Amino acid sequence: MEILLLVQTLNGLQLGILLFLIAAGLTLVFGIMDFINLAHGVQYMIGAYLAATVTLATGSFFLGLLIALPLAFVIGIGFERLVLRHLYDRDHLDQVLATFGIILFLNELVKIIWGPTPIAYPGPALLSGTIPVMDGFGYPVYRLAIIGAGIGVAILLWFLVSRTRAGMLVRAGASNARMVSALGVDIQRLFMLVFGFGAMLAGFAGMMAGPILSVEPGMGDNVLILAFVVIVIGGIGSIRGALVGALVVGLVDTLGRSFLSDILKLFVSPSAANDVGPALASMLIYILMAAILFFRPAGLLPVKSGR
Amino acid sequence: MTDLSRNGSAGVSAADPAPIAPFSRAWLTARWVPLVLFAALALLPFVADWAGEGFYITLFTRIMILAIAAVSLDLILGYGAMVSFGHAAYLGIGAYVIGILDYHAVGNAWIGWPLGIAVSAVAALLIGAVSLKTRGVYFIMITLAFAQMLYFAATSLSRYGGDDGLTIWGRNTVPGLDGWLDLEDRTTYYYVVFVCLLLVYLLCRALVTSRFGRVIRGAKENEQRMRAVGFNPYVYRLVAFTLSGAMAGLAGVLLANHAEFVSPAYMAWTRSGELIVMVVLGGMGTLHGAIIGAISFLMLEEILSGLWQHWKVIFGPLLILLVLFARGGIVGWLEKRRHG
Repeated sequence: MEILLLVQTLNGLQLGILLFLIAAGLTLVFGIMDFINLAHGVQYMIGAYLAATVTLATGSFFLGLLIALPLAFVIGIGFERLVLRHLYDRDHLDQVLATFGIILFLNELVKIIWGPTPIAYPGPALLSGTIPVMDGFGYPVYRLAIIGAGIGVAILLWFLVSRTRAGMLVRAGASNARMVSALGVDIQRLFMLVFGFGAMLAGFAGMMAGPILSVEPGMGDNVLILAFVVIVIGGIGSIRGALVGALVVGLVDTLGRSFLSDILKLFVSPSAANDVGPALASMLIYILMAAILFFRPAGLLPVKSGR
Repeated sequence: MTDLSRNGSAGVSAADPAPIAPFSRAWLTARWVPLVLFAALALLPFVADWAGEGFYITLFTRIMILAIAAVSLDLILGYGAMVSFGHAAYLGIGAYVIGILDYHAVGNAWIGWPLGIAVSAVAALLIGAVSLKTRGVYFIMITLAFAQMLYFAATSLSRYGGDDGLTIWGRNTVPGLDGWLDLEDRTTYYYVVFVCLLLVYLLCRALVTSRFGRVIRGAKENEQRMRAVGFNPYVYRLVAFTLSGAMAGLAGVLLANHAEFVSPAYMAWTRSGELIVMVVLGGMGTLHGAIIGAISFLMLEEILSGLWQHWKVIFGPLLILLVLFARGGIVGWLEKRRHG
């Protein structure tokens, strides 16, 4: 039982870290431009496909990462310039529709290029194997590496956002974009870079997740909606909120799925618990979101906005 | 939220349902288009039978069912600027009520249909009560998240088919009207759906022109002013949201009977997206635009998917172009054309 709890906690952390990588870019785009980007999830998918292709072609996971990361950045910027840029001053409905169009297009394009069946690629040999975490039981090194990489990115992001000039502009933009623009900052360029960076982070999450999940068309869709839940819980525009929200969602979802049925058995009959447990577990994070919204409509760690 | 001005004044403004001067072009369009539309739909089975293309009766039954959902969405999207990105959820709930009742050998329409509508309405009431506390992107994300919640709940209903869905053993029966209302009959069912669509359309039409509808539209234009006059927009929005969910639930009930099958795919988030596409494609805030949008979208899907299995590669960019360059949808285009 303790082993299962430990393993599932680590799995929850790992899901939370992946969600954080996706939600971080998304929350900045929301926060600065008040722009709803549904196409963020497909960036995650594209990251995984790019990494898979390069890794399978070269046999090196790290080479795959090295080539796929800048490509994800460029693709993100490409979509910003081609489509999204023209939608900043439109209402949210137009943004939803156009980015929905991008999703339909890319999910189908991926099917044409790579086929509809999932593809698998190996993680780096360096990080294969397991680490003994409790006597007689090991946890995969690669999964720990994902957690480590995510924490690394979180620290890097914290440094970029709170200690650099670009980060200062991003924070200023999140609380009052018009004022920043009036002070002579090219907000359009700033946003393009933030967008590309966010796309790269989502792509990075996809690349890291690729070896342990299946790489398939539409893999970004569910992740996107989970990232929405993360952002709603954490508060739009807040990176710290995204981190807290992502860990909460990752842990609650993973632990709920593995333990809720057992917990329910303490209160109701086993067969009823087995019937209701899985359904309730899959609803848990959304119920949590509703509860948080009810008491704190702006999320747990909202950005103080001057707009 | 801080974007009151955006949601308030600019809002969803493609086809504004503001009062139209009598006998103007727009007024005529608003009268003639729905009349022609419903006349054509009423005659369709005769033409299809005469041409020996009975397949179209089945196709248009499905189209009209989704048109009911689209009209119900237009009620809150077009008139209240509530971008519900989870409308397929109510469709799914209505369908699942029929599916689950059938699993327990209850095929009575007098029980199933009101129950399907009621359960959808209750779900919409609960979801709306939380979601409508928020505005803008929050509202979009939250309605989407709740719909996804119900989707996953449906996939984990292992007793009722889980991921694979649930086959229904025959359409509902209508005790008391058995003699002349056999839902298994293709043409009879077509007209049942047709009458449902007509009733939903007329109900929505009556709603938007009523005092209730004026409050909803007023709150879309300027929420603060509505409050100042003494209305509580939240309550009105919640009622509209609930009614809309109930009507989408009816569409779900009809869809389950039509397909004789229920699956979580009915409430997939892409289905919610497609419903929004139908409304915008046809022309928001006109009600009949939603019907035209549903016909256009589903016919386009039918034709394109017949030509190429990867038709979405074409449709995605088309959608982007529609958003960027063709605001107002088909109804907007019809009005402009009549202007000359």
